[in-house]
Amino acid sequence: MSNSNQRSVVSGPDIVLAGGTVVDATGERRLDVVISEVRIAAVGPGLDAEHRIDVGGCLVSPGLVDLHTHLRQPGKEEAETIESGSRAAALGGYTAVLAMPNTTPTTDCAAVVREVLELGRKGLVDVHSSGAITVDRAGERLAPMAEMAELGVRIFTDDGSGVQDDRLMRRALEYASGLGVTLAQHCETTSLSEGTCMHEGEWSSRLGLAGQPSEAEELMVMRDIALARLAGARMHFLHLSTAGSVAMVAAARAGGLPITAEAAPHHFTLTDECCAGYDATFKVHPPLRTAADVAAIKQGLASGAIDAIATDHAPHAPEEKERPFDQAPPGMLGLEYALALAFTELVDGGTGMTEADVLARLSWQPAAIAGMNDHGGPIVEGRPANLCVIDPSERWTVDGSGGASRSRNVPYVGRVVRGRVRHTICFGEPVVTDGEAQR
Amino acid sequence: MSAASRARASEIADGPGHLLAMSDLGRSEIEELLSLTDTMVEVNSRPIPKVPALRGRTMVSLFYEDSTRTRLSFETAARRLSADTMSFSVSASSVNKGESVRDTVETIEAMGIDAIVVRHKSSGVPEQIARWSSAAVINAGDGWHQHPTQALLDSYTIRSHLGSLEGRHIAIVGDIKHSRVARSNIEAFTTLGAEVTLVAPPTLLPPSLEPWPVKVSHDLDAVLPSLDVCYLLRMQQERMTEALVPTLREYSSQFGLTEKRADRMAPGALIMHPGPMNRGVEIAGAVADRPNAVMTEQVANGVAVRMAVLFMLLGSGRYPMRGFPTEDAATADDPGPERARPEDADPATITEPATITDPATITQPTRNTAKDPR
Repeated sequence: MSNSNQRSVVSGPDIVLAGGTVVDATGERRLDVVISEVRIAAVGPGLDAEHRIDVGGCLVSPGLVDLHTHLRQPGKEEAETIESGSRAAALGGYTAVLAMPNTTPTTDCAAVVREVLELGRKGLVDVHSSGAITVDRAGERLAPMAEMAELGVRIFTDDGSGVQDDRLMRRALEYASGLGVTLAQHCETTSLSEGTCMHEGEWSSRLGLAGQPSEAEELMVMRDIALARLAGARMHFLHLSTAGSVAMVAAARAGGLPITAEAAPHHFTLTDECCAGYDATFKVHPPLRTAADVAAIKQGLASGAIDAIATDHAPHAPEEKERPFDQAPPGMLGLEYALALAFTELVDGGTGMTEADVLARLSWQPAAIAGMNDHGGPIVEGRPANLCVIDPSERWTVDGSGGASRSRNVPYVGRVVRGRVRHTICFGEPVVTDGEAQR
Repeated sequence: MSAASRARASEIADGPGHLLAMSDLGRSEIEELLSLTDTMVEVNSRPIPKVPALRGRTMVSLFYEDSTRTRLSFETAARRLSADTMSFSVSASSVNKGESVRDTVETIEAMGIDAIVVRHKSSGVPEQIARWSSAAVINAGDGWHQHPTQALLDSYTIRSHLGSLEGRHIAIVGDIKHSRVARSNIEAFTTLGAEVTLVAPPTLLPPSLEPWPVKVSHDLDAVLPSLDVCYLLRMQQERMTEALVPTLREYSSQFGLTEKRADRMAPGALIMHPGPMNRGVEIAGAVADRPNAVMTEQVANGVAVRMAVLFMLLGSGRYPMRGFPTEDAATADDPGPERARPEDADPATITEPATITDPATITQPTRNTAKDPR
């Protein structure tokens, strides 16, 4: 579905990224990279080009790939548009995002997929669309997956909620396997989670808020592993948040099932204690869990049980997030913070992961899950020039402006993080230069 | 203590005083409030139960959830201290037109008010309002979270009968999971030295009891004889539909304070209930009318306790207890190294307008700077 062929070709001067460390799935090396039009023209030592960008001390990585972005368009343009969301993505080092289908109308048919892709063509990054598994995400009838797959949709999900009905989920998995597409599940058993607004435990008890137990997620993870085995289908788990989920996914993978999984930055950074001030900025589904769960998510990312870091970037207008905690919508911003949070919490957080390990989970592993062949490297001659340049030494403090997003629901305000995106190049176009979006 | 409540505590010490949760108050602060309540009880016993302590101050009651008794209790308390009161009736207001809580608060505040008494069905709303407002915020009950003035009036009622809560055994019986009264009372009673046992089926307990130093029992009969206070909570019909208990009848047979059970209580032990009672469910009708059932006293003490709270938050001394108005307003403004004691502060001695703190000195600029920028 990559829209690269429809993207207007940039006819700027050739660019050389000089003096940096190239990092991709094949390893790390000190090489220069020359970009000509939409492709990487050369990779080697001592290269030159018309426009020289000194990237000494920086990492030159394949552009990041987000498997889980709520761009809110169509339907909630006051919270985000594909344009503003793609700008936030570019600033965060992303060259591709997968738009979630919980739009209004729901992205559950070819017409809406076309609209999202059409709007995406004007975006700063490569915007891909997912599709809903069921019509209107209502969990009752299968959505026309084949007509969406023909437009290039590779991931189907009812994200925002999980498919509750066992039989319907079984049939969806079987049908999807025939199309060669992947189903992705938001694991949340509604009968255990309905009416809740945070994790059930010590803090929900203290705060007098209705909580959902970890088991609300784990029951669906358990069921879907069983159904994926039954259907012989690929399965991707969205935003895993509990230690139990990580353990089940690790065991299923060890047993040879074609299962992949992602975790969100907030689930390896924040805990349910953050809800203590009733600030709905910290309200998210699945909810922030305990310190033990945070440790398990980190461990799962380090061990490879979890393949990808995905933002679940979920913009909401400020007045929505100022509603009472139990009434405010769930979700938080992530695109501009994910990389730095990963360096800070994972590389510096004692997991044993290197910066290259983190980039694997932010770039080439998610690109492989979503079948985004133009993204995720490797950085070699002839590949599409989808790159980001990261200064790993820069420390910065997150502010509450919300960055390029139209919303401001940032749960990391005041946090000092390491690692900043200097440049993002999407199909040869420098969409971010020196930390500034170019359009 | 969480970072948030720490921040709140220091805020209270430094400037804008709020009463959002019992955890905002330490033991000595609760005890000072209870002593001040003694003074207010005396005021209320006078032929003309009114003093000019809060003249010129304005309290608004902002009740998003109906509670006539709590609202009237606060408004009566404010008027007995000569404060002006405004009542914001949610059902007849712009809230029905979709106005946000923040916009409502900022609109009310623009009229010039000193305190907002808030009741809301969602936990945490008073805390949110405190971030947006420069007025003192008093929590009159939020969701399942807290109802601090109820806990203060209950503590006062127990103290007035038993002398002190220290070492006393108090059972809180019933739907603790959904009860703001229980959360506040657990904190108040244990802070004041009582031993608290929660008595309920497991389905009506909070999912974690980690936050509180309490014991748990599922057997009311086993704990009854050792109790100094049996505190019953209201059992709501909707809990049946959530499959938390099978029937009201079964609940009543297991956890209701029947006459037979009440007979097994120690002599002098108190029976309490925050109201409104379901006679025949959590408490037998005849038990509610026994002399050791002190529900009407709880209501009467509610006015005095709320007078004490309003006086502490809006009186000339800023919270907490940095000097109460005395006959010499100047010393009240500058309490010196030692905290003024409640006896010094007897509002009964305040009879002349001259003793009221100059309104000009009431302004607390720190409140404005404490607000969240919009």
